[in-house]
Amino acid sequence: MMRFLLPLAAFIVLVGFLAVGLGLKPREIPSPLVGKPAPVFQSPRLHEPDQILSSKDNLGKVWLLNVWASWCVSCREEHPLLVELSKSGIVPIYGLNYKDKPELALQWLGQYGDPYTVSVVDPEGRIGIDYGVYGVPETYVIDKDGVIRHKQIGPVTIESLEKKILPLIKELQG
Amino acid sequence: MIPDLLNTRGRKQIMLLLTLALLSPLNWAKEAAPVAEDPVIEKRMLALSEDLRCLVCQNESLAGSRADFANDLRREIREQLKEGKKDQEIIDFLVARYGDFVLYNPPMKPTTYLLWIGPFAFLLIGAAILFFYLKMRRRQIEEPSLTDDQHRHAESLLKDDKGNNA
Amino acid sequence: MIPELGNFSLILALLLALTQGTLPIIGAARGNLSWIALARPVVQGQFVFLAIAFGCLAYSFVNNDFSVMNVARNSNSELPAHYRFAASWGSHEGSLLLWVFMLAGWSVAVSVFSRHLPDEMVARVLGVMGMVSVGFIMFMLITSNPFDRLLPAAFEGSDLNPLLQDFGMVIHPPMLYMGYVGFSVAFAFAIAALISGQMDAAWARWSRPWTTVAWVFLTIGIMLGSWWAYYELGWGGWWFWDPVENASFLPWMVGTALVHSLAVTEKRGSFKSWTLLLAISAFSLSLLGTFLVRSGVLTSVHAFATDPSRGIFILGFLVIVIGSSLLLFAWRAPKIGLGGKFDLVSRESMLLANNLLLVVAAGSVLLGTLYPLLMDSLDLGKISVGPPYFEAVFVPLMTPAIFLMGLGPLSRWKQASLPELVMRLRWAFGVSMATALLMPLVMGEWKPMVSFGLLLAFWVIATIFVSIRHRLQNSGQGSVFTRLARQSRSYYSMHLAHFGIAIFIIGVTLVNGYETEKDVRMEIGSTVEMGGYTFRFTGASPVTGPNYSAMRGDIEVLHNGEKIRVMQPEKRTYNASGMTMTEPAIDTGFIRDLYVALGEPLEDGAWVVRVYHKPFVDWIWFGCLLMAFGGMLAVSDRRYRLKINTKPIEAATEEKDGGRAPSGNRLATGGKKG
Repeated sequence: MMRFLLPLAAFIVLVGFLAVGLGLKPREIPSPLVGKPAPVFQSPRLHEPDQILSSKDNLGKVWLLNVWASWCVSCREEHPLLVELSKSGIVPIYGLNYKDKPELALQWLGQYGDPYTVSVVDPEGRIGIDYGVYGVPETYVIDKDGVIRHKQIGPVTIESLEKKILPLIKELQG
Repeated sequence: MIPDLLNTRGRKQIMLLLTLALLSPLNWAKEAAPVAEDPVIEKRMLALSEDLRCLVCQNESLAGSRADFANDLRREIREQLKEGKKDQEIIDFLVARYGDFVLYNPPMKPTTYLLWIGPFAFLLIGAAILFFYLKMRRRQIEEPSLTDDQHRHAESLLKDDKGNNA
Repeated sequence: MIPELGNFSLILALLLALTQGTLPIIGAARGNLSWIALARPVVQGQFVFLAIAFGCLAYSFVNNDFSVMNVARNSNSELPAHYRFAASWGSHEGSLLLWVFMLAGWSVAVSVFSRHLPDEMVARVLGVMGMVSVGFIMFMLITSNPFDRLLPAAFEGSDLNPLLQDFGMVIHPPMLYMGYVGFSVAFAFAIAALISGQMDAAWARWSRPWTTVAWVFLTIGIMLGSWWAYYELGWGGWWFWDPVENASFLPWMVGTALVHSLAVTEKRGSFKSWTLLLAISAFSLSLLGTFLVRSGVLTSVHAFATDPSRGIFILGFLVIVIGSSLLLFAWRAPKIGLGGKFDLVSRESMLLANNLLLVVAAGSVLLGTLYPLLMDSLDLGKISVGPPYFEAVFVPLMTPAIFLMGLGPLSRWKQASLPELVMRLRWAFGVSMATALLMPLVMGEWKPMVSFGLLLAFWVIATIFVSIRHRLQNSGQGSVFTRLARQSRSYYSMHLAHFGIAIFIIGVTLVNGYETEKDVRMEIGSTVEMGGYTFRFTGASPVTGPNYSAMRGDIEVLHNGEKIRVMQPEKRTYNASGMTMTEPAIDTGFIRDLYVALGEPLEDGAWVVRVYHKPFVDWIWFGCLLMAFGGMLAVSDRRYRLKINTKPIEAATEEKDGGRAPSGNRLATGGKKG
């Protein structure tokens, strides 16, 4: 008698998961690097190619690493927010110019504004692979000890800034 | 030497040599070179990539995807293979950066036990249920047997149609 | 004007669907003849209005009306006319309209081909289909209206995705939808039986041909999708266990189980509640597939643009339709009688085993497809489940099913003798084993997996021979041909469909075992050798298509020094979207395909070229076609074509629930159960 209700019960369980699933974002792959030390990189600066920036130079401060490129359409969406954020001086933003050509990158910054304290180049995407970058734009929040605390996948939005990134930065800055 | 070359026999020899030198590339169709520089490494790379997921395309293997990102990762794997890294080391390298999601073949972990064992568990449970249900069913069903008259009627009907039941 | 007309027609269709979904069912319950009689004309009316709606959308597409948002997003004036037409169903909204239009078509078919059924039954069946239609039309009108306007109108459309600009892609969705929607008929019959309380085996007999036709369409639809992926995507794969592919495969597996189960219920009156559950499940899986593709819950190369509000609506619809069906089932099923008795070894039990294996296989595919979602929702991390998993699980489950395919047709109903089966089949087993072990050597290299696959295929073929021979021996007097002619089409259809599976397995096994690929840099004049053929690259030149520009490569194919043809793969760039597509060149042969695709250009006119030799790959789709032909043959069986002018003969049959199905055509000569 009860066994005839089994199909219905199984269905309800399934629907439960599907309903939860509607609120999830299957395309986003969280980074396993959160909570781990940020991979060290040394790379030429975009504006001064003969000078090298090492990520170790940033130890002792909280900073953002923003992965961007001139060919990336979604980057334009978040860029005004980054420019504003850099003007506010809350946190320094460092740029990783991913798989791009320097002339195009400089041109793009000239056109849309430059929020980056420094931008480094990653022409073949090798630094990106170390950081688990699989799409552009992506943004990392790195603390004073050089540990990655958060990864923002996709463009930074006002919501993500207000709800996640800014509070985290405040907390990390102590 | 030189006086020999200039006489008729010498000239014929030179002509022969020259003709052969000019003709040989045309006889020899050029075999195209494989794209991969090292076929052994390439094979290993492809074998590895078939079990890895292209994160950008979201449902293609790293081997099959033509996306830019996939090219980058394949290059990375090739280079690590050239450095002599073992297959598992390369997989660990990628999982450390991209998480379990990069594995096309889900790993065997407590969270995936259900996934791997599920199908065969379903089968065993289903088969067991079926077996016991059928036994119970046989006990429950009472079938009336045919009377002699009905038996004869059935026989005559069966003789009419020549075994036409699939 | 036209889009407004289309929109208005949709609303009218909705009103008719509402009527169709309520009055006939209530009328059947109350015995109200006029409400019962409403069903057929209302169905036909709904069809007319949906046809008008679809026509309006197609008209807007073909005439480049870019003031309609759907047209602006999915079409382009440079697009050739037949693709502009096909773009009507290239988007989420348009495909929904196609879905519901086909549902109306199937409903009309049911209303026409059901004269021999009791009117209350027809009323209930059409009523259920009407309720489904209501859900889909409301979904369209509320969240996904294909007639939404874009004002001011776009100057030019964004173009149909180049991947869809292809013949195979044009036909694949309609075939697939015919299958999905077709299972709604079996579903409707099952629900009608449950509602009416008349759950004897009659409904099985009535719904069987409809189910088979739906299954045929779904088979063809899936086959077309696979074949399209092979020749269009450029690297020779034909099945990726992608969530959306799985979403179409699930109803196919359950549909196959249903087709087998219906046979038992019709003939022996057994498994009634199980068959009812299968009928509900097959259509539920079709609906689930719709949900998965359109809700954004799973990522896939196939998925339509996602929108959570749509997902919520479809999920709600699923809950109502499937939830209430299963509730109805739980309520009524306990009262269903058990049907005929049968032994542990009998055709019934083997068909049950077939069902078990198919259902477990379907469950596993569902598990694998939804597992990432499961883990993500429980916050256990993100994993991905790909082909390695599905293959590891599917093949072991299907192997016993294929083995049983040999035993089943030879087994007697009710009581079969295992020793007798063994005796009859030991020759078949020996022959298939020997051939399976030797064949790989013929192909050039012995591989265990190849032998295994071939063993399964040859087993099926050998047992078909044994079965037919055995049948002919018991078919009375006459020459072989007379005796062959005596068997019903239904009988042959079974063997044809099973034979199709064997051919499919041969194709898959041999292609996986022996295909070769070379990725080479080809300068002009260079060659590459493969599979006994020589490919010579003679250069690439620019060409222009109606809405694209391309580089076309010329590759001569030589066999034994003789040029047999020139293959011309292309690398296209579509004008409107800027998307590039690789169009491979394929030389199709009976026992092999030669497949050439252009990679990237190099200096001096050289190109990277990918060359494949794929032995027996077309047997994969040929096998599927044979399965479909089998199904069509089954439906053309005499008992469906005879004009039956009998009233249900109560006297000659046992009226007990669980006895033989009351057969309306028992005394009509030749109307045999085939």
